Amino acid sequence: MKTEPTKDHAALAHRFNQDEPRVNWHDETLWFIREKRDRAAFAIPDWELLRETASQIKFHTLSNLSQYLAQFEANAQANGITVHWAADAREHNQIVHSILQQHGVTQMVKSKSMLTEECHLNDYLEQHGIEVIDSDLGERIVQLAKEPPSHIVLPCIHLKKEEIGDIFHMHLGTQAGVADPQILTETARQHLRETFLTRKAALTGVNFAVAETGEFVVCTNEGNADMGAHLADVHIASMGIEKLIPRRADLGVFLRLLTRSATGQPITTYSSHFKMPRPGHELHLVLVDNGRSVQLGREDFRNSLKCIRCGACMNTCPVYRRSGGHSYQSAVAGPIGSILAPNLDMKKHADLPFASTLCGSCSNVCPVKIDIHNQLYKWRQVIVREGYADPKKTVGMKAMNLVLSSPKTFTLSGKAGRWFMKTVPFLVSNKMNPWYKHREMPQPPKESFGEWYRKNRKPHE
Amino acid sequence: MTVGLFIPCYVNQFYPNAGIATLELLEKAGVKVVYPMRQTCCGQPMANSGFEHLTKDCNELFVRNFAEFDYVVSPSGSCVLHVKDHLHSEKREDQAQAIRGKIYELVEFLTDVLQIEQLPARFPHKVGLHQSCHGLRGLHLSQMSELVAPTFSKPEKLLRLVQDLELIPLSRKDECCGFGGTFCVAEEAVSVKMGKDRVADHLQHEAEFITGADMSCLMHMEGILRRQKSNVKVMHIAEILNAQEIG
Repeated sequence: MKTEPTKDHAALAHRFNQDEPRVNWHDETLWFIREKRDRAAFAIPDWELLRETASQIKFHTLSNLSQYLAQFEANAQANGITVHWAADAREHNQIVHSILQQHGVTQMVKSKSMLTEECHLNDYLEQHGIEVIDSDLGERIVQLAKEPPSHIVLPCIHLKKEEIGDIFHMHLGTQAGVADPQILTETARQHLRETFLTRKAALTGVNFAVAETGEFVVCTNEGNADMGAHLADVHIASMGIEKLIPRRADLGVFLRLLTRSATGQPITTYSSHFKMPRPGHELHLVLVDNGRSVQLGREDFRNSLKCIRCGACMNTCPVYRRSGGHSYQSAVAGPIGSILAPNLDMKKHADLPFASTLCGSCSNVCPVKIDIHNQLYKWRQVIVREGYADPKKTVGMKAMNLVLSSPKTFTLSGKAGRWFMKTVPFLVSNKMNPWYKHREMPQPPKESFGEWYRKNRKPHE
Repeated sequence: MTVGLFIPCYVNQFYPNAGIATLELLEKAGVKVVYPMRQTCCGQPMANSGFEHLTKDCNELFVRNFAEFDYVVSPSGSCVLHVKDHLHSEKREDQAQAIRGKIYELVEFLTDVLQIEQLPARFPHKVGLHQSCHGLRGLHLSQMSELVAPTFSKPEKLLRLVQDLELIPLSRKDECCGFGGTFCVAEEAVSVKMGKDRVADHLQHEAEFITGADMSCLMHMEGILRRQKSNVKVMHIAEILNAQEIG
């Protein structure tokens, strides 16, 4: 179970940066994916139109969400799907557990679902005596390593293949020192095949749910969602209520964007539609709110619900690439996680909107055009207003305002640079100036611009 | 045309030469320039830290200083963007709104308003251009690498008017340098790493100077260059566009 964080993003990022070659490797690995994304996007001349279209479809859907949810539920039920509603993570976990209990299931296979990470489903089920095996390869690796995923699309991107070799040696019996991806993948394949064949229940995530047909679509590259669902008697699908799209015709817009944005592929290997249970089998769908309707009510932040979980904002984020996904301490890390997480727990995630330079690259790669960096700025204002800022910072900012709002104090604060030398950069504790650790201070010139101007031009007082 | 010159607080205090070059460039272009002596800061350091509610006094002062001019010009994309996005006034909201519409970063003022096609400048050096994020993605001084759209670059266009200047390419042409206002100290480790990586890109391509339209990013990279005892210098784009190095 995830424990209350004791360190904030800056502290964990500092720790991540103790191994600089590893930071370089992490940065370059993710930048490589950003470049693949660029090549895929630039191959589509109408890419920006596609993004705009997707953004508007999502806007429309979110604006009429209750109506589309009702339509979807009715159609799904007509198809034979059992629909459940969960107000929060706890209720979601209880629903899943009760379905498993009804069928006497103690072992479940699960394909990728960030929602179940958000709800900490695995921990919950394990506490209730149910074994969960993640079937997405990356998810399985971090599960064996007893770590949370560090990236929503690439869960083990923080691990090198040698480290994965060690994990497989320890848990799956490969030879020590074997790090050949082909051998490791084959080992995982055999291990998971046994799992698929013996599990009576399978849980999958949902990428898109179509209101007009009552079907849902699951995208994977490994086909693991299909293997799990097709071989089990009971298929449970968990989806956030924001995953809806109105029509099947809208799906093409999103499928074209999703994987190009995520990995630079034209489309996922499998885009599987699930519409009804097979005869004699059960298909359950759990619709989860868990803070989404609260976020929908926050005008400044509701567009964050457009997210289709492609991870492009993480790959492009210069801070994410150099701090690693675990430094965010949230199921969804990176820029999008930093605007979603404070809605779930503002106190716990008060550090995240500040873990950004507001460079804006995230908003530009976002396939549904979420204004991520503007929302980061707005969350900062909310977090300070709600009293979650460091009190020392508040004192510093007030002192700064006194100087900067008074021309007289500003000018009298000294010869060029004196006030700034005491306070730069921006009034943080000076006894161990974090600027100076790895950077020289700017050299104060002999006169400020103001002083120069007074001597050389006719001042306009 | 009278231009109100807005010199950001830290440029005023630390980089007067960037301010002087800005003033001289505008004067050479035949513009009447006035520098209101009572100016201080746009309030961005506080606002970006979540304290926008504390910037009311700064805002009122800004409006009093700059309302009277035809244009407001500043050698900082970041400060200009902040004013454009966030300037309000309880007493004179109409004047605040007007300023938001008539404030320009120096480069865009030269290319878009003055439509400069020639510069009597010479700078015989290899120069790397740092695209500061707020100028790039906020003010659209150049096309952003993420967008599928025709490329353009206003700062590059001006630098190409400078005689004997060689613009070097970069591996990552518009990655953030990691300054980020208070981020530079609050997230010291990542900020420094981003700065080191950005500087390394320029060094690998043999830049002698790193330039840009935002002195804050350059101040951050200068701190790293000097700590590395590098001979490479940072220089605000106004100083290069105003350079008269004799060959």
